[in-house]
Amino acid sequence: MIPLLSRINVNILPVILAVIAFALIGSASSWVTLTVAGLAMGMMIFLMASGLSLIFGLMDVLNFGHSAFVSFGAFIAASALAALGAWVTGDSVFLNAAALTAAVGAAVAFGAVAGWFFERVIVKPVYKDHLRQILITMGALVISEQLILMIWGGVPISVPRPAFLTGSIVIGGVAIEVYRIFAFLLGLAVYIALYLVLNRTRIGLLIRAGVENREMVEALGFRIDRLFIAVFMAGSALAAMGGAMWAGYQGLITPMIGSEMMILVFIVVIIGGLGSIEGSLLGAILVGLTANYVAFLAPKLSLATNMMLMMAILLWRPYGLRPAVKG
Amino acid sequence: MAARFHTGRLIVYGLAGLIGLLLLFAPFLFPDVRAQEVAARICIFIVLVASYDLLIGYTGIVSFAHTMFFGLGAYGTAIALKTMGPGWDAILLGGAAGVLSALVLAVLIGLLSLRVKAIFFAMVTLAAASVALVLASQLSDFTGGEDGMTYEAPKLFSAATKLLTDDEGKTLRIFGVAMNGKILAYYFVFLSSLALFLLMLRITVSPLGSVLQAIRENEMRAEAIGYRVVAYRTGIFCTAAVAAALAGVLRAVWLKYVGPDVALSFAIMIDILLMTVIGGMGTMVGAILGVVVMSLAQFYLKDLMEIGAEATAALPIVPHLLNPDRWLLWLGLIFILLVYFFPAGIAGTLMKKDGGR
Amino acid sequence: MSAILRLDDVHTDIGQYHVLHGISFDVPEGGVFVLLGRNGAGKTTTLRTIMGLWRARRGAVIFRHRDITALRTPDIARLGIAYVPENMGIFGGLTVEENMRLATSTGAFDRTRLDRTLALFPAMEKFWTTQAYALSGGQKQMLAISRAIIERRDLILIDEPTKGLAPAIIRNMIDAFREIARETTILLVEQNFLFARSLGSGVAVIDDGRIVHTGAMADLAADEALQTRLLSLSLAAHQ
Repeated sequence: MIPLLSRINVNILPVILAVIAFALIGSASSWVTLTVAGLAMGMMIFLMASGLSLIFGLMDVLNFGHSAFVSFGAFIAASALAALGAWVTGDSVFLNAAALTAAVGAAVAFGAVAGWFFERVIVKPVYKDHLRQILITMGALVISEQLILMIWGGVPISVPRPAFLTGSIVIGGVAIEVYRIFAFLLGLAVYIALYLVLNRTRIGLLIRAGVENREMVEALGFRIDRLFIAVFMAGSALAAMGGAMWAGYQGLITPMIGSEMMILVFIVVIIGGLGSIEGSLLGAILVGLTANYVAFLAPKLSLATNMMLMMAILLWRPYGLRPAVKG
Repeated sequence: MAARFHTGRLIVYGLAGLIGLLLLFAPFLFPDVRAQEVAARICIFIVLVASYDLLIGYTGIVSFAHTMFFGLGAYGTAIALKTMGPGWDAILLGGAAGVLSALVLAVLIGLLSLRVKAIFFAMVTLAAASVALVLASQLSDFTGGEDGMTYEAPKLFSAATKLLTDDEGKTLRIFGVAMNGKILAYYFVFLSSLALFLLMLRITVSPLGSVLQAIRENEMRAEAIGYRVVAYRTGIFCTAAVAAALAGVLRAVWLKYVGPDVALSFAIMIDILLMTVIGGMGTMVGAILGVVVMSLAQFYLKDLMEIGAEATAALPIVPHLLNPDRWLLWLGLIFILLVYFFPAGIAGTLMKKDGGR
Repeated sequence: MSAILRLDDVHTDIGQYHVLHGISFDVPEGGVFVLLGRNGAGKTTTLRTIMGLWRARRGAVIFRHRDITALRTPDIARLGIAYVPENMGIFGGLTVEENMRLATSTGAFDRTRLDRTLALFPAMEKFWTTQAYALSGGQKQMLAISRAIIERRDLILIDEPTKGLAPAIIRNMIDAFREIARETTILLVEQNFLFARSLGSGVAVIDDGRIVHTGAMADLAADEALQTRLLSLSLAAHQ
C-alpha cells in the first residue's frame, strides 16, 4: 500500500487516533473524559483479550467459549459484592478493598478452575482439528450461557460498586471517575506482570518459544501440554477478571455481557495480531478509544466503527499489527 | 460389500425423497395452520442449511455470518413491502437490494479475510454478524428494532384470495383443503426452495465442486496445482451468501413478519450449525435430513422437557435444567456429543458404512 | 560395537500416505552415521519418527535397549536425544542466548560446555543478544547445533545441515561435527554425498521408504558403481 503507512511505528496509532478525535470533539474537557474512559475500557478489554490471544498463539486453539469466562466472572463478582453488603458500601476503605479483592478473587479462581475443566474436557479431544474445535467451543458457549440464565435468571442484575471506587476526582477542572483510573491501573499492572513473566522467567521463555514453534519446544524436552493447561487457566482467569471489572464499571449486567464484549475482544485480537500480549494491548486501547470517541460523536455507529477499523487494519496488515513472530 | 454399497445410500436418498414428497403434499397431508408453518420453515431452512454446507462441508470454511445474509434478504424484502405496500415490485426491489447487499458484503469479507487462516475468518464473520444484529436493533426506524415489523404480502398470497371457486362462488376445497392464496404462497416457497436446492446440488457435482473439495483436503497442493484458492473460496462464499439471502426473501414473504428472532438472531445461527452437523457436513442430502430432524426435535424436545420438569418438580436443580426455556442447553450438549462422536452426521455416517467417499 | 539406536521394521504413515515401508538399521555408538537418500525418500520422516513427532504404525525404535516407540517427544528428548530439524527450529523472536538457554534442562549454563560451544561457533558469542530471526542461514544452523550440544547428549539427529549453505561454511561445519562426534553419536541425514563422505563412518541408504543399502562409508565411497546405482547420481554430477 502507501509506503508511508508501512513505515510508521504501529505503537503511535492510539496517539494519532486521540489527536484526530480531539480535532473532531473540540472540547478539551470532553476529550479528556472520553480518553480516560477509552483507556479504562481498553484495559478491561485487554484483560479479556490477552488470554485468548496467548491460548491461540501457543496451541492454535481458538476458544469461542472464552466469553463464557467473562460472563461468569461478571456474575460471580456481582454476587460476591452483593453478599458482602456492608463491606462494599461502608466507609472503611480497608473493608471496601477486602470486598473488592474477594469478589475479583472469586471470579479469578472460578476462571482458573473452569478453564482447567474446559481445557481437559472440551478442547483437548479436538486439538489440531480447527473445524471441530470451533464447533465444540461454540457448543460449550451455548451451554454456559444457558447455565448463567438458569442460575442468575434473565433479568439485569445491578452490581454494587465498592464505596472507595465511587465518585470522581477533579484534575485541572476535569472530573475523572475513580473507577476508571482504578481499572486502568489494574489493567496496566496485569500487563506489566504478564510482560515480566513472559520476558524474565523460564516459564515465560517456554511460552514465547512455544508460540513460535511448539514442536521444537517438545523436541527440547518440555511438555507443552502442561504448559498449555497453565496458560489456558491463566487466560480464563484473566477473562473472568476482566468480566468482574467490567461488571463493576457497567453497574448493571445481563447474561449477554460476555457475548457483547466478545465482539470487541475478537476485534482486538484480530487488530493486534494473535499470540502477543503487546498486540492485544495495542488493539485493546485502539478499540477502547474508538468506542468512546465514536459513542460521543455518533452514538449509533460505535460498534460499526470498530468493525470498520478492523477491516481497514486487516486490509493493511492481514496478520494484525503486532503478531507473534512465527518460525 | 457390493450389496451393502447401496443400502446406506438407499436409506439416505429414500428418506430425502420421502421428505420431499411429504413437503410437496404437505398442505393436503397436514391441513392445520401450525403444520403448514413448520413445512414452510423446513423448506426455507433446507436452502439455508444446504448453502451453509457449501461452505463448511464442501469448502471447509467456518462462517458465523450466515444469518446475517439470511437477514439481509429478509429485511430488504420486509422494508420494501412495508414502505412500498404489498406488491410484486416491492418484493423484487427489496429482495434484489437485500441479495445485492449480501453479495457486496460477502465479497468484502471474503477478499479481506479468506486470505489468512480459517480461524480468522470465523472470528471476522462472527464480529460482522454481531454488528449486523446490533445495527438491526439500533436502527429501529428502518428495522422495527427488537420488535421487528409486520406488513402485508401481495394479495395473491392472502388467505382471503379465492384461487378456485365452486358453483356457489365459495373457495373450492380439494380433499378438504381450501384453494386460497395461502396454498399458493406455500407452493411459491416450496418450488423456489426446490429450485435453489437443486441448483446448489448441481454446483456440488460440477467440476467446481471437485475443485472446492481439493482445496478443502489440501490447500497448499491445490494452490500449487494452480487453483486460485482465495478466488474460489470467495466465489463459493458469495454463492452461499446469495442463496441465504434468497432464503431470507422467501422467509419474509411467507411470514409477513421480520424481526431479529426469526431472521437475524444468533440462535438461528446455532440452529443452522446443528442442522448441518446433524444431517452430515459435505452431503447435500444431509441438509434435508438435518433440518427435518432438528425441526421435529425442537418441536417435541420442549414438550418432553415440560413433562420432565413437572415430573421432577420436587427435586432440587433438576426441574430448572428441564425447564423448557433451557432447551438450548440440551441442544448444545447434543451438539457437542455429535461433533465428538458422529462428526459425519446422519447422512455421512450412513453412507460411510458403505465404504463410499 | 553395540548399537545406540536401532530401528526395527518401522512403518510410518503421514495422513493417508504410507511413507516408511519397514525401515531397519542400527546406529553404532560413537561417530557419525549417515542416512543418505534423495528428496522424498523418507529421511526426514525417519528422524521425526525417532523423535516421536510422527508415530510409527508398526515396528520399533530402540534406544539403548529401551523401546521408545510410544514415548512422548519430550520424554524421548530427555533420554539424551537432540534434534536439529531441517528448518533448524530456531525461535526467531528469542535472542541467541534465550535459544540456547532453553536447551538446557535447568535454565542455567554449564560454564565449560558453554565456553566449548562458543569456541566452536564464535559467531554465537558475537550475536549473543541478537534476536535469532536476524541471523544468516549459516548462523541459524550454528545456533541450532549449539543448542543440541549445550548439554551432554548421547545422540544428535541432524537433518540436512548443509542445505543452502556456502561451501566455506560447510567446511567449518565438517570440522565442528568431527569435534562433536568425539563425545556424541550423530545420526546425520544428507543428500550431499561429498559432505556425508567426509564425516560418516557408517551409512544407510534410503529410497522410497525402504533401506536399500547399509555398510561402511569407506566401502560406499570407494565403489562408484554402487553410488550410481544407489543414489542415481554420480559424484561428478553432484559437484
